[in-house]
Amino acid sequence: MLGALAWFLGLTFFFPIAWMVLNGFKTEADANGDPMLTFSPTTEQYSTVTEKDLFGEAFMSSVVIVLLSTLIVMILAIPAAYALAIKPVEKWRDVLFFFISTKFLPIVGAILPLYVIADYLDLIGTRTALVVLYTAMNLPLAVWMLRSFFAEVPRELIEASQMDGASLWGQITSVIMPIVAPGLAATALLCLIFAWNEFFLAVQLNFANNQTVPIWVLSNVDDRSPFIARISAASTLATLPVVIAGWVAQKRMIRGLAMGAIK
Amino acid sequence: MAEVRFEDATRTYAGSEIPAVNQLNLDIAHGELLVLVGPSGSGKSTALRMLAGLEPVNEGSIYINDEDVTLAPPQSRDIAMVFQNYALYPGMTVAANMGFALKQQKVPKEERIARVREAARILDLEEYLDRKPKNLSGGQRQRVAMGRAIVRSPQVFLMDEPLSNLDAKLRVQTRTELADLQARLGVTTVYVTHDQVEAMTMGHRVAVLRDGFLQQVDRPRVLYSKPVNRFVAGFIGSPAMNLVDCPTDHGVAQLAGHAVPVDDAVRAAIGSLDGDVTVGVRPEHLRLSSDGIPGEVVVVEELGSESFVHVHVDHRGETLTLVVRDEGETTTARGDNVHLAFAGATHVFDQAGDRLGDD
Repeated sequence: MLGALAWFLGLTFFFPIAWMVLNGFKTEADANGDPMLTFSPTTEQYSTVTEKDLFGEAFMSSVVIVLLSTLIVMILAIPAAYALAIKPVEKWRDVLFFFISTKFLPIVGAILPLYVIADYLDLIGTRTALVVLYTAMNLPLAVWMLRSFFAEVPRELIEASQMDGASLWGQITSVIMPIVAPGLAATALLCLIFAWNEFFLAVQLNFANNQTVPIWVLSNVDDRSPFIARISAASTLATLPVVIAGWVAQKRMIRGLAMGAIK
Repeated sequence: MAEVRFEDATRTYAGSEIPAVNQLNLDIAHGELLVLVGPSGSGKSTALRMLAGLEPVNEGSIYINDEDVTLAPPQSRDIAMVFQNYALYPGMTVAANMGFALKQQKVPKEERIARVREAARILDLEEYLDRKPKNLSGGQRQRVAMGRAIVRSPQVFLMDEPLSNLDAKLRVQTRTELADLQARLGVTTVYVTHDQVEAMTMGHRVAVLRDGFLQQVDRPRVLYSKPVNRFVAGFIGSPAMNLVDCPTDHGVAQLAGHAVPVDDAVRAAIGSLDGDVTVGVRPEHLRLSSDGIPGEVVVVEELGSESFVHVHVDHRGETLTLVVRDEGETTTARGDNVHLAFAGATHVFDQAGDRLGDD
């Protein structure tokens, strides 16, 4: 009974995605006509959306920006989370609250000053601008997540390794890292996904140059002809890397997110 | 050779006014197994962690072999510790867990393997060396934690309630094995427990702590026969000593209208006091008799070799329960009217709880 319900809900959630993927293989005429399951599939839309260099450029921009920002986030967040969880300073709760409070301001409220600063620094339309902004965007989340993973490391384990003569480096590499590794993977993956999906900042700052994939999807909208099939194909392409990354990391991710459950 | 000395060692946690360990003075001899015992919050674990270097010492000092280690980090004290939850490294095999400290000391691999094997042999762990901790039973994990400590041949062993996660039967068995192992290795050991039976059976000497203060440190038998205060008297011994506030009259304490027999020194001490004293008498130092304090049996606990009879008596107009030891094959039953007579040592404490007589 519960299984049937789960299937029903699953299919309901999946339906719009399936609709998108199927439309990507239709002609515009089919996609705009009555929906039916039987149609003659075509890769015509995929050829159209990828025939210009724009797709390759956007894809490369996204990959570089997303990987670089996630790398910086992890490099900054790991020591911060270690300090907050394992060697907490006085008022560490305030520090943590400060991190998350940076997410309280709606990004539309910040875009004007961001734009002005980026313009002043000549960073409009550069990958650097988005790397910096995505790092700032994901850092609070990463610190929060990683802090809770580090806090899961039993204190006695660290103490035991100190008694066993392990240096700080030894404690981190032999005892702490193996335990938090799934958490690191989960956090990094979330940062990758959020950065990959980011649209608002990218559309404001990088509409003309160094477009990212979401902006490229938008550029396939054409107000002179029907475009449902074309944009479906583009969206499907934009979705694939995240789906693949999620698929690959699935096991680790679940283990990471469920870390508190296993002692 | 390792002797351990606490000198006025005090630890006050941040945000607390009252020290968790207050001016602790303790001398632990080479090869001795000293047990720190007390209820929760008594400071016993804190004292152990101060010796380990895991907890800073706010005042006073700690010495190992006359070397002041008060400020030394845990890594440099050459102390091994067994934790209550064992704290085994989850990602490492049993062998790697046991060899971890040696690896940190950069002991060559062959020697490491040999020493781990030897420790595993002593603890009967040889067939588990390649397993991960999660695939071991509670008793095996406990032995791995022990193995991790002995493989290092440290100056001092610290054990923080190492048996409390084992079931009752295994705990009793492991208790004996541990005491035997400690005696064979001859390593100075400080052992923390809240279980007074564990303390009495294992300790060469036992230190009783309460609210951060050391109450008494002595051989188990002395703690039992000459508790220095009311707290130790009530804490050590199972079932607990009967402790009753009694009025006095010319150096004689009256329990349920009957004079409590005491020696001359205690009688003199009582005579010099005003008001009530606390009389303590262990269940085996009372007996069921044809005359004496009258009472009614409410519970009979038959343990086989002995039984404990709970008797309601009338003391100063209130009902009071005294526990009396009787033989294993007792005929006493609930509802019987009995009399209690003194049949051995009594202990008398003043209103501050200190023992009277003796000095």
